[in-house]
Amino acid sequence: MSALPAVSPPAAGTLLSVNGIEVIYNHVILVLKGVSFNVPQGGIVALLGGNGAGKTTTLRAVSRLLKGERGEVTKGSIEYQGERIDNLSPYDLVKRGVVQVMEGRHCFAHLSVEENLLTGAYTRNLSRADLDVSLEKVYAYFPRLKTRRTSQSGYTSGGEQQMTAIGRALMASPTMILLDEPSMGLAPQIVEEIFEIVKDLNTKEQVSFLLAEQNTNVALKYSNYGYILENGRIVMDGEAASLANNEDVKEFYLGVSSGQRKSFRDGKNYKRRKRWLA
Amino acid sequence: MATKKNGPVIALGVVLGIGFVAPLLAGQPLGFFLEVTLGGLMAGVLYSLVALGFVLIFKASGVFNFAQGAMVLFAALALARLAEWLPGWVGIPAGLPALALAFVLATGIMIVLAMLIERIVLRPLVAQDPVALLMATLGVTFFLDGFGQTIWGSDVYKIDMGISKDPTIILESMFQGGILISKEDLVATVIAAVLVLGLAIFFQKTATGRALRAVADDHQAAQSIGIPLNRIWVIVWAVAGFVALVAGMVWGAKLGVQFSLAQLALKALPVVILGGFTSIPGAILGGLIIGVGEKISEVFLGPVLIKAFDLAGGGIENWFAYVLALLFLMVRPEGLFGEKHIDRV
Repeated sequence: MSALPAVSPPAAGTLLSVNGIEVIYNHVILVLKGVSFNVPQGGIVALLGGNGAGKTTTLRAVSRLLKGERGEVTKGSIEYQGERIDNLSPYDLVKRGVVQVMEGRHCFAHLSVEENLLTGAYTRNLSRADLDVSLEKVYAYFPRLKTRRTSQSGYTSGGEQQMTAIGRALMASPTMILLDEPSMGLAPQIVEEIFEIVKDLNTKEQVSFLLAEQNTNVALKYSNYGYILENGRIVMDGEAASLANNEDVKEFYLGVSSGQRKSFRDGKNYKRRKRWLA
Repeated sequence: MATKKNGPVIALGVVLGIGFVAPLLAGQPLGFFLEVTLGGLMAGVLYSLVALGFVLIFKASGVFNFAQGAMVLFAALALARLAEWLPGWVGIPAGLPALALAFVLATGIMIVLAMLIERIVLRPLVAQDPVALLMATLGVTFFLDGFGQTIWGSDVYKIDMGISKDPTIILESMFQGGILISKEDLVATVIAAVLVLGLAIFFQKTATGRALRAVADDHQAAQSIGIPLNRIWVIVWAVAGFVALVAGMVWGAKLGVQFSLAQLALKALPVVILGGFTSIPGAILGGLIIGVGEKISEVFLGPVLIKAFDLAGGGIENWFAYVLALLFLMVRPEGLFGEKHIDRV
């Protein structure tokens, strides 16, 4: 494991490869300072890191949703299935199978749960019968949504909204879902439930996931590989299991320290982290 | 949650209701009262048509489209002049056939206009302040007012739908002298009803309609699942353009196509405040309430006020709608049917 990963050429079976992208907001605010990572076919890859590290920006750069936020990718390239996708519209991307589930769910509050799901199939131009098949498939993964199908989604619970958002993305029949902070504001039990379904979708439907999470513990439990973002750079990467056992990760992100409780006098850790981030 | 605010609304409703039946209580003949009410309802339908255009665009893009009135004028001018010119160009008989063809062409023109507005005005202003967009539509208003007259001319033109202007008298057996209604107004009502029904089906049942509502709720999320905002904007402006065309046709047939049609937009403003900016049924009902309210206050309340305060004249019709809208803003800012902001904690 290297602290600063070299940009490796995408290996065979690489679905998404992001090479040294730089993102600037409003022409002045540099948010991503050269971020590179790969997502293999059928993998679940986690982007970890604290507030403002650049996780959401990275996902938005991939899904081309930066423009509405006045952001721009100024350097680097993004390849999906071996093709540059930096200049596609979100519509084209969804058609190719890359769908983002945004942070904070973003369900259509005044549409019913079922209508929310149906909008997800907008790019596919399905017949009514095919739509029903797709709907049933989503309901099979999220039985809870079926019981609430006619409720206005603005009045459903946070967990149900997260399920609606993921189900809506599924309706686009994606090969890859960019999942932004699915655990946000949810009870631990619901978080586990949702991640179990993500895992299920990964194994049964071969959907690959790029997951941005602050909840490092859960994210590493369910993903295969992880990258840690700090301050717009990737500072560490590795297999999920090895990251979870890494002393630094444990201490900085999982809140588990190696030894006994430390006193504030012991400034070593702080210095170590600073060096680590530089 | 909703019950808390219902008190004032009910109170306002009761006051309006009493105002509505007051003329009857004061001993006005029922036949005349019904006649005024019907006249008001039919004027209201026309307000509804214009308000509908506002609501459509506001729902889908959150833009308050100041140019809706100018679009009505532009569409009506196009329709009137094309119907006039077409017989000379392609040799189809003047009258209804020419009007029908002109209607089709004018629809095409409104669609092209929608595309141009999206391309030139909306797309460069994406992710800007709503105020910037409002100002942009203000610019579109002036452009359309002027440009419309440049191509179509600035006189008063006629649209002839082939309906006789003679009023019909109904229910003669029930009331002395019967009730006068105009056929034109009846036709207008039917057209408006069909249009509204069509729009309701379009919004509730089709994939595009669903996408429009999705964009209205959360345009970022809509983008994230691949709904192309640009296309949605073109569609919604085209639909609003079509509604403007229908409104322009009906108003134009009634009053003649002239510059004052553009002022209708201002009449529609209280209608959407009353009905709610995001509600199609609200636009309809708001239009009806304002139409009836105006006529009843003008005919029955006007003389009373003039007598009581020794005033020079009526003119209640002109400000009634605005006062009503103001009351609604104080009591229920989202309007009768507007979408409440859904907040969850």
